[in-house]
Amino acid sequence: MKTQVLIIGGGATGTGLARDLALRGLQCLLVEKKDINAGASGGNHGLLHSGARYVASDPEAARECREEGELLKHLAPHCIEKTGGLFVAVEGDDEDYIARFPGLCEKAGVPARALDLKEARLLEPALSKKLIAAYAVEDGSIDPFRLSLDNLAQAGEHGADLLCFTRVAAFEIGNSKIQSVKLENTLSGESLSVEADIIINAAGAWAGLVAGLAGLSVPVLYSKGSLIITQERMNHRVINRLRPASNADILVPGGTVSILGTTSIRIEHPDHAYPTVEEIEIMIEDAKAMIPALETARYIRAYCGVRPLVGSPGGGEDRKVTRGFVLLDHSAQGLNNFITITGGKLTTFRLMAEKTADLVCDHLGLIRPCLTRTEPLPASSSVRWTEPAGAPRVWLTGHDPQDTVLCECEMVPRSAIDSIVDALKNQGIKADLLAIGLRSRIGKGRCQGSFCAPRIAASLYQQGEMSASQTIDGLREFIRNRWKGLQPVLWGDQLAQAELSEAVHCGFLGLEGEEGENGRV
Amino acid sequence: MDFWDWKGRRGKTAEFEKVNRMPERETIKADLTIIGNGLAGLGAALYALNRGLSVVQFGSGYPLSLVSGCFDLFSVCPSAGKKEWDNPWEGLKVLRNDHPEHPLARIEEVEIRQAFEEFSVGLGEAGLSYVQDPERNREIITPLGTIKKTFGLPRSMWLGAEALERKAMGRIIEIEGLEGFKAPLIVDRLKPHWKGLSAGRIQFPGFESRPRALAEHLASSLILSANREKLAQRLRREINGAEVMGLPAVLGLFKSSAVMEDLREQIGIPLFEIPTLPPSVPGLRLQETLERKAAEKGTYHLFRHRVGKAEPGKDGGFKVPILHDGETIRTVSSRAVILAGGRFLGGGLQADRKTVREPLFGLPVSQPDSRSGWHRSDFFNRQGHEINRAGLEVDDRFRPFNRQKEPAYETLFAVGSILAHQDWKREKCGSGLALATALGAVKAFLGIKNK
Repeated sequence: MKTQVLIIGGGATGTGLARDLALRGLQCLLVEKKDINAGASGGNHGLLHSGARYVASDPEAARECREEGELLKHLAPHCIEKTGGLFVAVEGDDEDYIARFPGLCEKAGVPARALDLKEARLLEPALSKKLIAAYAVEDGSIDPFRLSLDNLAQAGEHGADLLCFTRVAAFEIGNSKIQSVKLENTLSGESLSVEADIIINAAGAWAGLVAGLAGLSVPVLYSKGSLIITQERMNHRVINRLRPASNADILVPGGTVSILGTTSIRIEHPDHAYPTVEEIEIMIEDAKAMIPALETARYIRAYCGVRPLVGSPGGGEDRKVTRGFVLLDHSAQGLNNFITITGGKLTTFRLMAEKTADLVCDHLGLIRPCLTRTEPLPASSSVRWTEPAGAPRVWLTGHDPQDTVLCECEMVPRSAIDSIVDALKNQGIKADLLAIGLRSRIGKGRCQGSFCAPRIAASLYQQGEMSASQTIDGLREFIRNRWKGLQPVLWGDQLAQAELSEAVHCGFLGLEGEEGENGRV
Repeated sequence: MDFWDWKGRRGKTAEFEKVNRMPERETIKADLTIIGNGLAGLGAALYALNRGLSVVQFGSGYPLSLVSGCFDLFSVCPSAGKKEWDNPWEGLKVLRNDHPEHPLARIEEVEIRQAFEEFSVGLGEAGLSYVQDPERNREIITPLGTIKKTFGLPRSMWLGAEALERKAMGRIIEIEGLEGFKAPLIVDRLKPHWKGLSAGRIQFPGFESRPRALAEHLASSLILSANREKLAQRLRREINGAEVMGLPAVLGLFKSSAVMEDLREQIGIPLFEIPTLPPSVPGLRLQETLERKAAEKGTYHLFRHRVGKAEPGKDGGFKVPILHDGETIRTVSSRAVILAGGRFLGGGLQADRKTVREPLFGLPVSQPDSRSGWHRSDFFNRQGHEINRAGLEVDDRFRPFNRQKEPAYETLFAVGSILAHQDWKREKCGSGLALATALGAVKAFLGIKNK
């Protein structure tokens, strides 16, 4: 198999790059070892930064965020909720930092308007009464799944190819170039060899490991950031703590929920990242000073992402490492067709893609201007199901009496599942519960899949999407996957819910029994 | 008297009127207050009524709509090398040896047998027929085609266990619109072990144009003979040489024995039921039957009110407040209280971010040191989650301990899943635990009362 550009990694950067290159008329193939946004692109706040967060630590990143945030609000409005944001400080917060904040914002060109404290509490009644400073900024929330899926959809229309569940097994190197890339399907084990003019390593936290396969050293440190989701939306605007970056500084509203985060914990390997009970405790204990209701809120799930820290000062604090991106042309190390793009932020993904694509064109001797800076991102109809309350709207207006709701918490109808299954088939991705979950709201409500998962699994079987044993294994994997995020937030009502889930899946269905024994589990 | 109306709802007005008509200061008097209307609470009521005790019972909703309708006794001991026991009594012997603190390990075999026997007889008298093989667990099919070991079975499921064991020529029928039950999936999974199995599909009479058929609706529609006739007609066409036919458990909600007998006669071959995902019709049948029987025998049901924090009375008994909108409106005065409120779902235990509590008496709860020890990182870990073994510690008479590890009160008992040192979901011992401890507590109370 041949392609002009091989992109490794299906996160925001990789999918954004696929679209950028495809719009420039380049042929590209994107390979992803799991599914879209499996890494930090799916494990973040969904925060469209105004830049104010970085005015002290990284003015350059602040400026980039502001510019890109403005662009995205115009170009991809369907992925963004223009919530606006607040920076607030409470009694006990660093007053020196508070005093410097407006000046720093001005210097970085980030708009910030001082608010009267009463006004701030009227705007956001959940804020603490011990407020001592408040500024309005232009933060927003962004749906990273929809963003990546839309990028991919348009890239596909322009001829880009996608292989999910496909990992790089080896690079074959000769004459200072990667001659071919050996790929392996992680589900079937089948291998495939691809020749590409140029290879982009957009593997995010895994970029160092991918570069290592090519014999290169790209030192990456891993910083795990965990977040928790409240059952109900608690704020209208993004609320940031006005202080040097710490654990639970930001509460981002998104659709029907709010997301609190994040921690920053150094881990050894990006594959081994799970949110823990300790992190959740630290965050709630910390954030309740800013928003007291967070102490008693019901949380439905936790999750985490791994930030790749490239070029971290040894022994320094991870949060102080630049959140700007790193674009490495490996010609300098003797590989002329290999580029690494990593780091950065969700807000700046487009810029990262643009700069990378510019470098690709340089390498190939092509003069093709970037179009993503001006062309709006089309809203693809097959990926609209990640939007909270989007599915019920389509279902209600569809008026199809035969269209059953399969997921009751989030009201996802059979027609939504069918449309996702079709889209997955077109992309050659196995239509299992995990893949459907990533592209819709199933399993994201309060039952976290206890009831809808067996129903949808049985329905997928009926439609011939999977065999009997795949149905059970797929269900088990889905529940296991949901559990990682549930386990640290199990107390109160959510613990009762988990008890019911275990009664059904273990007590009744016996899914904890020996796996893979057909008919005996 | 509490009752179920024609839609199967319990008489709300009746209960409010009854309580509200009472003079303000009057208390309801009974030998026993039972808190909880799950299997343990309803079992305790039945055992108590059989022994002539007067009972007031608090409860809420239909907790048994979440159970399969089968009675698990015991089949898995997570710490033992052997995974599953065909003979529950052998399993319990191992449990007694390895886990003497397990509530079931502390009850004599003969007592457990009596609990099942007496309960089945009570259900039978009320029109719900249960069958068990006294010496072994039986296997039934689940809606995903997995196999579940269980002990006591509704007669309708017993036929399925027999068919599975004999590998009879069987046909599994799915119902259009009933989600989570796909006959071909079940057949596909069982086929390697059960050759003569095939799958069929019908439209349920009266539900043809509806996108979604709910089990309770299907079941209650069969009270009308016209619906049964149409269903039998459609099922007859699906026989295809089968000796026995398996359907999701929707064959009648009220008077289900008569409904199934009528269908069998019209179809000409036996039918068996396969339990469904909740809400479960066999569970609702249990709830209705047990509550109706208890009400007939004079149990005072308080299913529309909340129970308040109980206090010991001067005479050695308890004063239990009846709450409405958070206010105490009347009081129950009883000699003893049985806590049968289940765990977190039932409200018998409550957990916040730091700790697990028993809300009514503030009893100490045996539990892991901190929340990080509550759950394992793999949901399906065969050892089970530590939090599931948290609960109340009791003496040999099922009296929960205070902090000094002595019975907190002379006549306060705790039964069922609220107890510590068991994991009923993994050990498949939920009903055994509920019934055996309920009988044990009732007998212990009688012993104290008659002293």
